[in-house]
Amino acid sequence: MSNYLEIGEKNTMAPTGKLKLIDRVTAINWNRLQDEKDLEVWDRLVGNFWLPEKVPVSNDIQSWHTLNEAERLMTTRVFTGLTLLDTIQGTVGAVSLIPDALTPHEEAVYTNIAFMESVHAKSYSSIFSTLISTKEIDEAFAWSESNPQLQRKAEIVLDYYRGDDPLKRKVASTMLESFLFYSGFYAPMYWSSRAKLTNTADLIRLIIRDEAVHGYYIGYKYQKGLQQVTTAEQEELKAYTFELLFELYENEVEYTDALYGELGLSEDVKAFLRYNANKALMNLGYEALFPKEDTAVNPAILAALSPNADENHDFFSGSGSSYVIGKAVATQDDDWDF
Amino acid sequence: MGALVYFSSVSDNTHRFVQRLGLPDLGIPVHRIPLRPADGFLTVDEPYVLMAPTYGGGNEGGAVPRQVRRFLGDVDNRSLIRGVIAAGNTNFGAAYCIAGDIISAKCQVPYLYAFELLGTAEDAERVRDGLGRFWQRQSLISA
Repeated sequence: MSNYLEIGEKNTMAPTGKLKLIDRVTAINWNRLQDEKDLEVWDRLVGNFWLPEKVPVSNDIQSWHTLNEAERLMTTRVFTGLTLLDTIQGTVGAVSLIPDALTPHEEAVYTNIAFMESVHAKSYSSIFSTLISTKEIDEAFAWSESNPQLQRKAEIVLDYYRGDDPLKRKVASTMLESFLFYSGFYAPMYWSSRAKLTNTADLIRLIIRDEAVHGYYIGYKYQKGLQQVTTAEQEELKAYTFELLFELYENEVEYTDALYGELGLSEDVKAFLRYNANKALMNLGYEALFPKEDTAVNPAILAALSPNADENHDFFSGSGSSYVIGKAVATQDDDWDF
Repeated sequence: MGALVYFSSVSDNTHRFVQRLGLPDLGIPVHRIPLRPADGFLTVDEPYVLMAPTYGGGNEGGAVPRQVRRFLGDVDNRSLIRGVIAAGNTNFGAAYCIAGDIISAKCQVPYLYAFELLGTAEDAERVRDGLGRFWQRQSLISA
């Protein structure tokens, strides 16, 4: 008998209410892979490993004091919200995926993801302790504990993590990794585009990079699982995914208004939300939902996220008289033969 | 008319984008680089545009999938590349779609287009139309 769930088999809660973990453990053999993606993603996660101590957030202290009170309040609240989500993903979310794993390697990747989410949660604390007084931190945490939209967001996701459907759990998890963080990630990108809190932004970019791999991997495992269920179940899961996205999106819109309304940034943030909602759907293998005109992210925000995104890599829409040759990039790959 | 050569991992993200382009209807042949060395080696004998995903990191090592590097390592294959299209994710910051930069610089061919993940409907339309026009122009130049 296999220690691992067969596809379609459900991992249910033990009567104690605790998530039932596997009954027996087999020593993990990385030389016998059932899914090559596991090793590929493991290597990528390990290669991307970082710790917040490496980012000199204290260089932002001066910049922090150039923000006005409303701006500081928004930023502090954003980080408490992100801390909450990363705490959920580190201690509940990624861990709840482990019992559903089909291979020991998949389990190992989830443990890596869970650990990195805890690193992220700790990173926000290091930003807090560097920039903000204890009193302000306490007030911001009190706000996040009483903000209905943030609590609702946590509740929706936690419900699915506690539920009994492994595929729905992966949908909820991908939504969290690829969509729900972005109402918060907007703020440091906004400051970075104005040359403020740039070290904090550097730290957040490392988190954003990690979440991309997490969302990609969990979404990929969802799609693998989807191949094993009936067409009717596939249809149901697709409908469920879009329903959940709408439910979360409506809540995110309200959350965005609560955080950014006073600063007049809400509409800008919402375009960023829709852009990332589309990417969450793509990670799950579905086509983008929101049309192009609704996902036009402010170019300054996009450039803060990725300096390459605004470069002219659209030869097709140009006159055709000139084109771009890529900049020579030093690669560390020794297996180019030329 | 030239071809499209592409690589897609087992996630099939790039594969699905290619399927949405309907290139065979335009008379553009499509060739997929095999997933694993054991699956054989692709040799092409016509000019082509290469499409590849960027393997994300932040460090550039491994940004171009190994199978693509092997494919381009073949002198005959490399002599026929005319352009590159890359997929990626802006979450990787400066490494976004960097596979396109690397291949373009290595092979000295234009970097034609970049898109995210599975690509949007607009991306598919742009690439489909763009490739049609690209090959038309190429045939005028070489004629």
